[in-house]
Amino acid sequence: MTDYRIGIDVGGTNTDAVVMNSDDDLLAKTKTPTTEDITTGILNALDVVLDDSGVSEEELEYVMLGTTHATNAITERRGLNEVGVIRIGAPATQSIRPLLEWPDDLADAIGNNVAILDGGHEFDGRTLNNIDEEEIREQVREFADVDAFAVTSVFSPVRDDHEKRVTEIIREEIGDDVPISVSNEIGSVGLLERENATALNAALTNVAEEAATAFVDAMDERGIDANLYFGQNDGTLMSVDYAIRYPIFTVASGPSNSVRGAAYLSEVENGIIVDVGGTTTDVGAVTEGFPRESSVAVEIGEVKTNFRMPDIIAIGIGGGSIVDTEGEVTVGPQSVGYKLTEKAKCFGGDVLTATDLEVAAGTIDIGPETPDVDQSTVEAAREYVRERVEREVDRMKTSAEPVPVVIVGGGSILVPDEIEGASEVYKPDHYEVANAVGVAIAQVSGEVDRIYSLDEMSREEAIQSAKDEATDNALAAGADEDSVDIVDVEEVPLSYLPGNAVRIKVKAAGALDH
Amino acid sequence: MTVEIGVEEIEDIALGATVLGTGGGGDPHVGKLVAKQAIEEFGPVELVHPDELSDDAFVVPTAQMGAPTVSVEKLPSGQEAVDSLERIERELDQEVDATMPIECGGINSTFPFAVAARRGLPVVDADGMGRAFPELHHETFNIYGVSGTPAAVSDERGNTCLIETEDNEQLEWLARGVTVRMGGVAYVSDYPMTGTQVKDTAIPGTMTLARNLGRELRVAEDDAMDAIRDVTRSSIYGEAQSLFEGKIVDVQRRTEHGFVFGHVDVDGLGRDEGSSMRIEFQNENLGAQVDGEYVATVPDLITVLDRETGGPIPTESLRYGARVRVLGIKTPEIMRTPAALDVWGPHSFGLETTYKPLEG
Repeated sequence: MTDYRIGIDVGGTNTDAVVMNSDDDLLAKTKTPTTEDITTGILNALDVVLDDSGVSEEELEYVMLGTTHATNAITERRGLNEVGVIRIGAPATQSIRPLLEWPDDLADAIGNNVAILDGGHEFDGRTLNNIDEEEIREQVREFADVDAFAVTSVFSPVRDDHEKRVTEIIREEIGDDVPISVSNEIGSVGLLERENATALNAALTNVAEEAATAFVDAMDERGIDANLYFGQNDGTLMSVDYAIRYPIFTVASGPSNSVRGAAYLSEVENGIIVDVGGTTTDVGAVTEGFPRESSVAVEIGEVKTNFRMPDIIAIGIGGGSIVDTEGEVTVGPQSVGYKLTEKAKCFGGDVLTATDLEVAAGTIDIGPETPDVDQSTVEAAREYVRERVEREVDRMKTSAEPVPVVIVGGGSILVPDEIEGASEVYKPDHYEVANAVGVAIAQVSGEVDRIYSLDEMSREEAIQSAKDEATDNALAAGADEDSVDIVDVEEVPLSYLPGNAVRIKVKAAGALDH
Repeated sequence: MTVEIGVEEIEDIALGATVLGTGGGGDPHVGKLVAKQAIEEFGPVELVHPDELSDDAFVVPTAQMGAPTVSVEKLPSGQEAVDSLERIERELDQEVDATMPIECGGINSTFPFAVAARRGLPVVDADGMGRAFPELHHETFNIYGVSGTPAAVSDERGNTCLIETEDNEQLEWLARGVTVRMGGVAYVSDYPMTGTQVKDTAIPGTMTLARNLGRELRVAEDDAMDAIRDVTRSSIYGEAQSLFEGKIVDVQRRTEHGFVFGHVDVDGLGRDEGSSMRIEFQNENLGAQVDGEYVATVPDLITVLDRETGGPIPTESLRYGARVRVLGIKTPEIMRTPAALDVWGPHSFGLETTYKPLEG
């Protein structure tokens, strides 16, 4: 029998893991400290859950990893590639050079190699300017020492010929090994945001490869021969190879996993999710079991991108938040973070944290000490937290109707059981490992991105054909036939092509087959 | 006194332009970056008050026009508006002494600084809308008799189209058509005028106002309302007043003819507990009613601020649950004469009310 799977979530403070069977029952769970090298923490968590569940390594069919290594690499400017950033669009676009709005240290970290060359298209696919092959070759040779390339052409989501040709020239000049990120595979219309995301992706391929290799090696070390996946921004899974090519698609997997996990554990398909961590509380919304997406540009490491990202409001309240009792009692945003076991009073430290208040009140039992805090302080702090959470929950709602609210995460105890505007408050079993559950139940997907001629078939037939093919791709990736759904359809009319052409992108997703 | 506009001042103008944009006017982000790079490359720009212009000075305003979805993808080369400006110079056989914004809200508040940096020209501290409005004839220049043409429309390839029309509505109509053929976005130089015409028809001091608003908002943190009050008190606009405080309970939007129409409903909090406000918008905020009675309408400024951060909220970002403070700012007399109200009063946007002038 190989019917089990493990979901692992590597957070800034804790590495969580769960073992689930093919009926999605949770058999074992653990929360262990995240380690500097990440792999040790993963192995520690793995050993605990395998031991507790009695499941052997051979019985594992899938292992899913949710990680923030890519996000951390950007925020800490660590391990980033030197990138050759090539924009195709001159004479247009020269008034804003690539990376102009990036923080200086981040632009420096990727080498600040930028060029704007002739080419690009109009919104309707007409040629804006022809590319100059010799100019491209010269520029690529000048960038010969970079670790990776990022190629962005004006209106490439409508027409990608120029990006394709530049990619071929880079291959001819530099070789087959250098990673190349092309913008039409990464983002949508909005040149600067798409270029930014493409450059960040190119900067991350090395970090992604290291993380993927560490993950694969860790599994080998334990003799695990399962299918390995990474969680991605939209709450679906991607293969290890894909994760190395498109690391930017992992940066928001954490919040997606927690929303999906919370929805699954509470059986709430539509409502508000409150994930209370060590330093911050993320408030998000779940719609039909999936995270609601943000409608505004999302910043990653202070750089604007145009990804579809979960709509999340973060507030500075968590288990490690420092409680200020001078004057009116406040909680956070300062936090002891991962040093909770060193600094918090319940662990013998000298900082009063949100966790200490609950230990003092007797609602939880953590650490060797019981701090002496009077009841009025505990009440005042709880009221402070309640008000902040209530306000953000209200902001996430789309109407005044009361909605279900689900509380998850290690610091869930901080949030009271009654919240204004909530029809009901859920703190489901296993709430503390909702992230790991979220990645363990994540779906696999299949995509199609193709140009159809509407002279040869009707629009409906074209979309149906794309849907069928995306479904087949999802099935081939391991999705269960009954659970496959079309999750995204995007249609771009290409009036420059004869024959009434349209570019159709479809994504299908479904649960892993067992 | 002349003032130098550098990179930091551009940041301030772009932020202040979001207050004066009354929820619309386009995202100033692209305009700001274009101006910043031009100033980094060519040096700071001189800002001159209309009173400092000689009567026979030759002033040509510059602006971007077109579809927002194209303008965020096909960014300008930077040369386009310079081309159109120089075409007007050739047509009228006169060298330009300064350029000027056509509006002080949103994206076009910062574009002219890029043109000015490249050409070594000053920017006139004034504009023709005193806020943001959707079309080229929504201009005090038009209202008070300045011809919009000859106008020139340019693209990044080096193409320029010269337009000569009987009236300024025809200019708007033809320039839109040319813009579509130029790939959806183009750069226009129109309403060429003399120093005297600038003094007679432009709304003076609006770039300084935008800059002061931006600068004070940046340092204000909690006291955004006080900052905006202080800045407006010493301007030709009225002192900003708080029209309403509350929580957004409903937002309705629909897109027609390239414009976003709709309204937002706000339930009162604090001193407005028990009342409700409705704000109608067409790209920009048009009118505000408390319990069914209009308390402010175009052309006066109606701006929605985030009650906690103090930041102005563009119309497209309004959503349920946000705690907001609604500001009203009285516009200068030049924007509220009968002739001006004919062009941009409540009736011209289909509001069923007469103009309710804000006092203060």
